[in-house]
Order: sequence, then C-alpha cells, then structure tokens
Amino acid sequence: MNDTKPKLNPSSDSGLMLPHTNRIKLLSFPYIIWMAGFIIIPLVMILFYGLTNKENSFTLENLAAIAEPINLQALGLALLLSIISTVICLILSYPLSIILNNIKLKSNSLIIFIIILPMWMNFLLRTIAWQNILEKSGTLNTLLTFLHLPTINIINTPAAIILGMVYNYLPFMILPIYNVLIKIDQDVINAARDLGANTLQTFTKIIFPLSLPGVISGITMVFVPSLTTFAISSILGGSKILLMGNVIEQQFTLGNWHAGSGLSLVLMIFVLLCMAILSKYDKEAEGSNIW
Amino acid sequence: MVKNFFSRFYIGIILLFLYAPIIILIVLSFNQSKSRAKWGGFTLKWYGELFQNDDIMRALYTTLILAFVSALIATIIGTAGAFAINSMKKTPRFIMMGVTNIPMLNADIVTGISLMLLFVALRFSLGFTSVLLAHITFNIPYVLLSVMPKLKQLNPNTFEAAQDLGASPIYAFFKVILPDILPGIISGYFLAFTMSLDDFVITYFTKGPEINTLSTKIYTEVRKGIKPEIYALSTIMFVAILILLILVNRKNADKHVPIRK
Repeated sequence: MNDTKPKLNPSSDSGLMLPHTNRIKLLSFPYIIWMAGFIIIPLVMILFYGLTNKENSFTLENLAAIAEPINLQALGLALLLSIISTVICLILSYPLSIILNNIKLKSNSLIIFIIILPMWMNFLLRTIAWQNILEKSGTLNTLLTFLHLPTINIINTPAAIILGMVYNYLPFMILPIYNVLIKIDQDVINAARDLGANTLQTFTKIIFPLSLPGVISGITMVFVPSLTTFAISSILGGSKILLMGNVIEQQFTLGNWHAGSGLSLVLMIFVLLCMAILSKYDKEAEGSNIW
Repeated sequence: MVKNFFSRFYIGIILLFLYAPIIILIVLSFNQSKSRAKWGGFTLKWYGELFQNDDIMRALYTTLILAFVSALIATIIGTAGAFAINSMKKTPRFIMMGVTNIPMLNADIVTGISLMLLFVALRFSLGFTSVLLAHITFNIPYVLLSVMPKLKQLNPNTFEAAQDLGASPIYAFFKVILPDILPGIISGYFLAFTMSLDDFVITYFTKGPEINTLSTKIYTEVRKGIKPEIYALSTIMFVAILILLILVNRKNADKHVPIRK
C-alpha cells in the first residue's frame, strides 16, 4: 500500500482509519503477546493445577473439595455476606446519587473527588481503623457510653465484615450510578411530567430503567471483590470466621497448591455465573433504551 | 425545606462514614502511646522516626518505583494496543476487548494466584520483577480503556487533511492525533499508578519473601500491631494527594466550561 496516499473511503466499521493500517496492526503485537503470556497462560495454569494432584495425574478431587463442610460453609458465608453488602451499598448509594444529582453543581468533578479521596489512603489501614472504631472500648462505644446509649459489640462478627465490605466498596457503587444519573436528559423527565406522570411513575418508568446500566456495573464492582476478599475478613472478622478467600489463601500458605487452585476455579465459576446473570439484565436494560 | 435538610443530613452521614477511619488514622499518627487503644498525648515524634525506619522507607520506595514503572510500561503497551484494536475489524476487536476485560472482572485473588503459578512453573524467582510484571498486567486494561474512547472520538479527516497539506505521517501523528488523545493517555497513566499503589492481593501472591510494598508490610503487621510511623506516613501521603488534587481541580475548574446546565 502506498503510505503517503491517504485512503479516502474508510469503508470498515472501525472509527479511525489511518492510511497505513497494516503497520498499525503491528502495534498490537506487544499487547497480544503480553495478554497471552500473562492472562491466558496463567489461567490455563490454574486450570491445570486445579485438575491434577501432586503426581500430576488428572483428578476432580480438588474441585470436589468444595463439598467439604468447612469449604462449603466458607463459600456460603462469602456469598451471603457479599450479597448483603452489595444490597446495602445499593440502598445507600441510590438515594445519595439522586441527591447529588439534584444539587446542581457547576462541575461534578468536586463530587467525584470527595468520593474517591478516601481511596488514596491504603485500604488495609482504613480497615484497621475500623477495628479501632468498633472495638469493645473503641471510639464508637466511648461515644455511645458518653451519650448514655447501649454499646454495640460487632467486632469479630460477620456484621463487622459486612461493614468493612460496604465501607471499602461503597465508592464503586456511588460513582457508576451517579455517572448515569447526571447523563439522563432533563427533557425526558420533563416530558414524562407533561404527559401526566407523577414523581413515583417518573422514577419507576423513566429514571430507574435509564440508570440500570450504572446499577449493574456498580453491583459487579461491589459484589466480585466482596465475594473474593480475604483481607477484610481477616482484619475485622478475627481468625474464626473464614470466607472463601481466606480458605484459598490458607491452602496456598500451607503449600496445597492443587487444592487451592481447585477452589479458585470454583470461585471463578461462581464469579462468571453471577456476571452472566447480570449481563443478561444489562442487555435487557439496553434493549429498553431503544424505544 | 424539610427535604433539603434531610438531603444535607444524608450526605453528611455518608461523608462521615467515608472519612471517619481517615480521621482516626490521622489522630493516631499524633498519638504518644504506641498502642492503638489509648490516647497518650500529642506528639510529632513518629514523623521524625518515620525517616529513620529503613524498613518502612524501603517499602515506600518499592511501592513508588513499582507504581511509576508499571504505569509507564502499561501506558506504552496499552496505548499501542488501543491504536491497533481500534483499527481492527469487528470480530478480532471483540475478542481482544474480551481478553482485556478478564483481569478487570476476574477476582484479584485468582489473578494473583494464576500469575504466581506461572512464575513458579517458569522457575522465575519471585521478587521485584515478578511483582512488576504482575502490576503491568493488571494496569494495561485501565490504560487501554481510557485511551479507546478518545480514539473513537478522533476525526480521521484531520489526519488526512494534515497529510494533504504536506505533513509526513509521523509529523501529522504528533501534531494532530497525539494532542487529541493525550488526556486519555494521561488519565490512563494516573489510573494505572493509583491501582498499582493501592494493590494488595496480587502483590501478596507474586512478591516472594524478600520485598515488601506498603500494603504487604501493613498486612504482616496487622497481627503484631501496626507501627505508629505507618500512620504518620499515610497521613503525609494523604495530605500530599489532597493538595495535589485540589491544585489540579482548581486549574481544571478555571479552564472548563461547566458540564451541566
């Protein structure tokens, strides 16, 4: 192809058609090699370790280990806690996003800035600070005693883990919802009002369906890390409460790589299943956008 | 009026929730007592001792170098990849984007473990390099996903026009295309930097015993008690970021037309 002569008619569906497209494709080599080497092959490694035993012969034992009571319990508890914290995050974030959207600020970067700022302090340290707040004689109970209110003892319980998850992942729910809400055209809402819809109807028929993509991405961004965490549970849950992440981490510290990989595979399947269900809803939401 | 009050109250509660631990950490950095549990009076000594603590300074150095280098390499590979993917036909583009999404959607613990298994299988010793490779891997998608939208917005005609007017392709690239996509590249770099700085899980599995980043150092200290110097360090970092972001925000606020009506 003649390099100096630009192609006049970019007939392909891609956005930018530079004249020397073939040469541009060469640019993808480092990327393709990197992704193949450090994403695809490692996943194959997990698959290999998960499906073999120490003698390198094929086995389903590692996958079946999930049926052991302790592992099953860890998976069940992780699912339960992550679902609860995702729901709490959603319940807290949606009204907040609506309120923030209603304050007509000159720029929305300030809001995003305030929400993101805490994330710049190491998340382990912030979680440790919650230990301080929640401890028997911690900040919260000192305050409650001062106000002559009953004290709360939730440290080292599942409730503390839920709090830690909600705390750590709340920004990941607020931001996507807020971002879709600010993009909703005010004229659409006005039109609904003109046609006689009341506030509730406007919300259920217009605002909520339009915000669904943000809600879905928020749910994904809170649910997956909550389901798989081991740091939050080991800091706020004491050593007795084991989530799926803790079980996998223990297997690897004990050197049982095959068992750990098997359990990781199970966890990955769960994550993929949840994503598949969510993406189904996402498609439906997209479909309803086209009237 | 009531509604307005409720709105403010609600925002206040959420902000208190988000910032309470940070206030606690800042207070702890001035606490004379070594124990987290009690207040022993005001002191600045942890700020002084911080710089004498080789362990913490080394972890800080590792963390910063790691974030700087991994974000830089990820930006180069990711930007080049974005150009290539953008010029691909539909099917290969779809496959490439699918692979790009894997590390973003997969659980950190699975990514970390899978990379560790790879390094061990290749007899590659776990240390700074293995962590760096891991960080580049999870950083590339962030860069790619920030650059792609900018490339899609590009008007291909400007590039052609520049060449029609006699610019060489390379010159036209630097004068026409690069300025347009630069904001995407910069935000991709900072996103990658932040992700690397804050990562714990993937580093934990790929680091080996010799090195520590701040995250892994803090995690090993959870059981025996965090050194107060760490609180001092994180306070300094938080304030530094706060000032930096305020300055950037100011500059942007001056420049930009309000986004909303």
